[in-house]
Amino acid sequence: MAEISIRNVTKTYGKTTIMQGVNLDIHNGEFVVILGPSGCGKSTLLRLIAGLEDITAGEVLIAGEVVNQLEPRERGCAMVFQNYALYPHMTVAENIGYALKVAGLPKVERQSRVEATAKSVGLTDFLDRKPGQLSGGQRQRVAMARAIIRSPKVFLFDEPLSNLDAQLRVQMRHEIRRIHNQIKATSVFVTHDQHEGMTLADRLVVMNKGTIEQVGSPAKIYDNPASIYVAGFIGSPAMNFLPGHISVALRGVVLESGRLVPLASQPNLPDGHLVHLGIRPEHATLVRAGAGTIDAQVDMIEELGASRLCNLLFEDIPICVLTEERPDLAAGATVGLDFPPQRIHLFDAVTGRRIPNDLALVFEKREQPISV
Amino acid sequence: MRRAYFKFSWIAAALLAPQLLIVFVFFYWPSAQALYWAFTLEQPWGGGNTWVGFDNFRQVLSDPYYWSSVRVSVIYALATTVLAMSMALILAMFVDRQLAGYKAYRVAIIWPYAVAAPAVGLAFQFVFNPGAGLFSYINTIAPGWWDLSKYPWQAVTAIVIAGAWKQVAYSFIFFLAALQSIPRSLTEAAAMDGARPLRRMMDLQLPLLTPTFFFLLVINITDSFTDSFGIVDTLTGGGPFRATDLMVYKIYADGFRGFDYSGAAAQSIILMLLVMALTFVQFRYIERRVHYT
Ligand SMILES: Nc1ncnc2c1ncn2[C@@H]1O[C@H](COP(=O)(O)OP(=O)(O)O)[C@@H](O)[C@H]1O
Ligand SMILES: [Mg+2]
Repeated sequence: MAEISIRNVTKTYGKTTIMQGVNLDIHNGEFVVILGPSGCGKSTLLRLIAGLEDITAGEVLIAGEVVNQLEPRERGCAMVFQNYALYPHMTVAENIGYALKVAGLPKVERQSRVEATAKSVGLTDFLDRKPGQLSGGQRQRVAMARAIIRSPKVFLFDEPLSNLDAQLRVQMRHEIRRIHNQIKATSVFVTHDQHEGMTLADRLVVMNKGTIEQVGSPAKIYDNPASIYVAGFIGSPAMNFLPGHISVALRGVVLESGRLVPLASQPNLPDGHLVHLGIRPEHATLVRAGAGTIDAQVDMIEELGASRLCNLLFEDIPICVLTEERPDLAAGATVGLDFPPQRIHLFDAVTGRRIPNDLALVFEKREQPISV
Repeated sequence: MRRAYFKFSWIAAALLAPQLLIVFVFFYWPSAQALYWAFTLEQPWGGGNTWVGFDNFRQVLSDPYYWSSVRVSVIYALATTVLAMSMALILAMFVDRQLAGYKAYRVAIIWPYAVAAPAVGLAFQFVFNPGAGLFSYINTIAPGWWDLSKYPWQAVTAIVIAGAWKQVAYSFIFFLAALQSIPRSLTEAAAMDGARPLRRMMDLQLPLLTPTFFFLLVINITDSFTDSFGIVDTLTGGGPFRATDLMVYKIYADGFRGFDYSGAAAQSIILMLLVMALTFVQFRYIERRVHYT
């Protein structure tokens, strides 16, 4: 059974609708990451689950119970806030133990649980300090401890790592995952950072402008992005897109410049159907000029150490290629680019939806959303 | 501490001059005059003042009427401060929680601060006047029960209420600003931790208001020592039987009705020292209050 069910949830502020008909099931013990750019409604979705915002329409269920009318304290969720939201006038111990104090636990039991929790996140030496006397990473740990101590059914994280420096962020990311593997509480984690999302998630939820674009494992979303939006958002550097149309006779996509890109199989689409061809920078390969699918001009090469980022121009369209070779290329030089047919993604130019790899769907049937 | 250094400029001096002139004419000059009067005595038939040292102070401090004035001033200061601040806090919490009608009284509540004290006193005449005010209705039920020109406790109550009404606004603005500067996520974190609104108020909002609270405490006490003249003058005239003869009013009464300039001047110096002490406490201890972040 799903631990959290979000059924057709809509959220409006006054006249602006910021979330429209969202459906999502989160399973027991799962670590789900909600990923999307700033302002797409990630926090709002989380706060609807927590009970910090009213649900305009639809239902939220936790453990099978509709919680629309329940106060946050009745929902059994713990939340870690982006700015930590520690109580500034309380010590670390008081911060961590506050929920237990409110619940009326005897002092002795409270103290032993606070100490145990503090130990598990490495805060034992800081219990008497005030939040103002802690570093960013330590504050983050207090916020975590404050959530952990309640042994909640559900953990909610709202961009908890975005205020940390890069190194600490990676470290805390591992720690959060380690804690999750230990206590296995259902977790919903919001972030705009795809690396964070990809590495933490059992399942990834990609959001765009108040709707869910795709749900799936990080690998599945990387391999089969459901829309041009997801394809461009997931993966770094971002996927390259080239506009063109289907040519049934030539078994491929004819780019705007007239070049033909052959496909792996016969496209079952009408001739001339407008598409966007997508290829990831790590999947295109550099070849001799004239020997590849297309030719492009070198604009700039960026050295990354282990690999190189080649910024090319194809008919004024920028194309990025990631290669582990060390090609001797000067700006302005012409190179060939090879697109392996199995690595090519196709997207409908009008709807932006993915055209499945085997191209088995007939165009007319694609009016329904493609299930993911 | 960083300091800024500025070059002397005639324009700056010219722009400062009016303000400096006002401060000089209305503060330093009268203060100097008061000092002069406080340490001298005018000869009975004219002919200049003679230096008398601390005689005027000795006289004032041995006057039982003066001490009863101090007593009622302290009562007035504490009562108006407590009343004004608790009202202000309650109203600010209502506005902060955006309870019904908060937009209307958020504005309405700020007005009293802009009203001059004598006007406040006059306005409260319409409330407290035993013959014509709102309270006169009590007298139609219990004739003669309400008369602030007869019963000292009623007179004190009346000036306390009028004074508090005037001061609510100031405290309200500060309390509201302090409440609204508490990050929303803190309240939400406490809500997630299971605390209900009342519990959040006790555990979160009130402790975080402490610095504001002490600041307002000093400001309100200082204000009620100095800014009460107009209210007393229009509402009770210091009576009945000197029951509302606040220090600041007694200075006026002794000086301009009793023509005891020297005694009045000595009293002003004492009051000035008291206010200076409070201001010192304010700057020294409260400005450097606990910072939580
Ligand atoms: N209280 C509010 N009133 C009006 N609009 C809001 C409110 N809170 C959020 N929004 C709007 O809802 C959208 C989604 O916000 P949010 O969920 O915070 O985005 P995210 O967390 O993905 O950055 C934004 O466009 C934001 O401006
Ligand atoms: Mg957000």
